[in-house]
Amino acid sequence: MSRSVWKGPFVDFGLLRSVVKNQKKPSKDPLKIYSRRSLILPEFVGLEVEIHNGKNFQKLLVKEEMIGHYFGEFAPTRKLFVPKEKKKNKGKK
Amino acid sequence: MSNLSMRCASTERRKINTNATRLVKSNAPTAVTQGGRQRTTSRGRRTPLHIVAARVAGVEIPNAKNVEVSLTYIYGIGPTMAKKIMTNCGVENKRTKDLSEDELTKLRKEVEDGDYLIEGDLRRFTAMNIKRLIEIQCYRGKRHQMSLPVRGQKTKTNARTRKGKKKTVAGKKK
Repeated sequence: MSRSVWKGPFVDFGLLRSVVKNQKKPSKDPLKIYSRRSLILPEFVGLEVEIHNGKNFQKLLVKEEMIGHYFGEFAPTRKLFVPKEKKKNKGKK
Repeated sequence: MSNLSMRCASTERRKINTNATRLVKSNAPTAVTQGGRQRTTSRGRRTPLHIVAARVAGVEIPNAKNVEVSLTYIYGIGPTMAKKIMTNCGVENKRTKDLSEDELTKLRKEVEDGDYLIEGDLRRFTAMNIKRLIEIQCYRGKRHQMSLPVRGQKTKTNARTRKGKKKTVAGKKK
């Protein structure tokens, strides 16, 4: 079920604060984001961020089409399943 | 032109059948005929007698069912929408073949010029949405790309609709 409209979009306050700070005085390093649950607002477009996936950070350039999605959607927390390569059993067993 | 509805006597099937086809051809796009309702006893022997039915929104060919039901054969129209369409254009709910030409045009107008997303447009709409998701590489987009369930279902078992037919892996642990 989607979120009630009357509540407005959810963004962690700390994240908002740091984004505002970043916009006033841009830093070289991309913004590190732990708040995967925050919505991407139109104000974030063009921002270079790094999203925590539980272990390390994944880079992302926020684009216009991403508005309305959550940060977490862009940094998968699970390792992709790749089938093992076949072992070549020569000779013994 | 009046509405052509035919019912075949079982002895004269063939004859009427050919007759009907010819009639339909002559009044091509608007003809509403129903070529009888008998069942073929063994499959494939005789070609089924669904010859022509009303066309609404392009290729849709609903048949001898109630209009409300046959409207749902259009991609993008379900029972609710069908009911809404019926009330909007004020057509009585009866068998599709019994519709008069007037009512049919009314229906067509409502369906085609009304505010409904149907058929090609709807298909394009969904395809575009999926494309967008894949382009921005969000989780859902990736799932679409890998053709796995998008909404968090389990994939250890089942999920066959997305994964396709089972592929047996040789030498899997006994």
